Amino acid sequence: MSSACLLFHEIFTKNSDQDIDIIKYLHTLNTPGARLLLLFIGLCTVIVVSAGMGYISIPSEKVIKIILAKLTGNQGLITGTDELFPVVVMDVRLPRILTAAIVGGGLALSGCVFQGILLNPLADPYTLGVSAGAAFGAAVALLLNINFMGYYSITAFAFAGALLTLLFVIYLSSSGGGVSSNNLILSGIIVASILSAGLSFLKYLADEQVSAIVFWLMGSFGSRTWADAGLTFLFVSVGFSVFLFFSRDLNLLAMGERTASSLGVETRRVTLIMLITASLLTAVCVSVSGIIGFVGLLVPHMMRSLTGPDNRRLLPASLLAGAILLLCADTLTRAVLPHEIPIGVLTALIGGPFFCYVFRQKQMGKTSI
Amino acid sequence: MSFHIDHICFAYERHEVLRGLSLTLESGHFYGIVGPNGCGKTTFIDLLMGHSSPSQGFIFYKDQDILSYPKKELAKEMALVPQNFYINFPFSAEEVVMMGRYPHIPRFSPASSEDIAVVDEIMAKTGTEQFRHRYMTELSGGERQRIVFARALAQNTQVLMLDEATSNLDIRHTLNLLNIVSDGVRKEGKTAIAVIQDINLAASYCDRMIFMKKGKAAAFGETDEVLTAETIQKVFNVDSVIYFEPYSASRKVAFKK
Repeated sequence: MSSACLLFHEIFTKNSDQDIDIIKYLHTLNTPGARLLLLFIGLCTVIVVSAGMGYISIPSEKVIKIILAKLTGNQGLITGTDELFPVVVMDVRLPRILTAAIVGGGLALSGCVFQGILLNPLADPYTLGVSAGAAFGAAVALLLNINFMGYYSITAFAFAGALLTLLFVIYLSSSGGGVSSNNLILSGIIVASILSAGLSFLKYLADEQVSAIVFWLMGSFGSRTWADAGLTFLFVSVGFSVFLFFSRDLNLLAMGERTASSLGVETRRVTLIMLITASLLTAVCVSVSGIIGFVGLLVPHMMRSLTGPDNRRLLPASLLAGAILLLCADTLTRAVLPHEIPIGVLTALIGGPFFCYVFRQKQMGKTSI
Repeated sequence: MSFHIDHICFAYERHEVLRGLSLTLESGHFYGIVGPNGCGKTTFIDLLMGHSSPSQGFIFYKDQDILSYPKKELAKEMALVPQNFYINFPFSAEEVVMMGRYPHIPRFSPASSEDIAVVDEIMAKTGTEQFRHRYMTELSGGERQRIVFARALAQNTQVLMLDEATSNLDIRHTLNLLNIVSDGVRKEGKTAIAVIQDINLAASYCDRMIFMKKGKAAAFGETDEVLTAETIQKVFNVDSVIYFEPYSASRKVAFKK
């Protein structure tokens, strides 16, 4: 044992100049900017690798060539590859992969914002009932076959459901002095349980369409198109810009409303803008993919230990990590498992126990959330 | 003149907290607000900060309605040490003190060297340097309160509001922090408005006092004039003796048990 230590000691003290270089290098890896860059590189890698995985396996370098050829219009890059590959990558896999990644990022972002505004590390679209509201709205649209806005009527209904639920939950939990975050979570859980009973009733009414609603609710990224990816990308990037613009105000809101106000935040206006944007983001994600729990709760948690609670760094990190996490989960169910499990079920199965672990750690006072 | 308060009323739902309070607060003084629990002290501070709006009456700051100021402007004029400083997220102490500089830093800019210098100076003065890199969630109540106090000082405003800002501190830190505030009032003509439960502490720092009872000012004026046994009897309904104590060079109150 001690000889091993000595050996280690020798190795690490021999070339002191080199050591200092290594330490310096490790130190640059430790800055928040470098961590964000690493996350971004990680996301790109996961996208490329998962685009190659599936029934037809495609090597990563070919995936990169296919994507580059499409981006640059230089068809010379893909001469000699199987004609099927570009179709599989560009038309089948990438829309699904990008949708999954963007939805993951969007859910993580809205979780991050809900947690910051409600001063509660347990808040997320799921615990506030916003997801359930969106699902209820979408189920109504599915049941009544509403399609005045074409394909997007489900999204519109999901958004209406999410927003109405959020407003009702806030109304339910507010007293004269303002909104207490514990009341909010309790109200969210109450409203979510009413809505889930309502959902069961809708399913009962739905008769033949019940399978459409059930599968939609369990969540899936199967048969996603470029239109889905584009729509979610649009909303998530608008939401991200809004959040980033108010990220410093969000830091101050985490100190309590009175403090934030004394430090120059128009608390009511900023809170309202953030809550509505986060609900919209949740609604869009839910309407594209069904209810996916725990991503919004867990990702900001994990990222806080990486970047600290400053939202100017936490928001971009959550966006990237949420994208990586959900994409990995989706690739797992799509290409690795023998049968495709609904993504919502998978995230709950993995995320639930992990959440229990984090929560228990917090109870034991080992980590500060 | 810094604040002109004209017949303000405020109610939570049906519970009236302030009932026609009128006062004029001038700059360059250390005001102490004293009164029984639930007499509307914190509400009064909220209204002075423009955080909530009175149901009746007006508050003018520098001859302009307080509600007409943008929050950004007010944050450069007045700072607050709140009563409640519970922080749920692991910000480091230094990050929290730096938040006091936010009103002076444009939205997307990093802190300037001047901001960093101010934070360093304040942390040294308030004796909070040793927790600079510790997380707020790991600090004790008193340590956290000192950090929050340092944040308000770093805001470097003309007016400083203290809402029971020293309630969790030991006597050494209480005196140190109040001395910093008092220096600002005497040397730089700043204004301090402090809700203080400890009447003796208020008497030794505040040159003017506001005694509140049931949402009104029961007594208001120079500490030497208003701090009397009659006032204490009227406001708190307790018997006391007031005397001048030469060691602290201020009036003291002794209560009958």
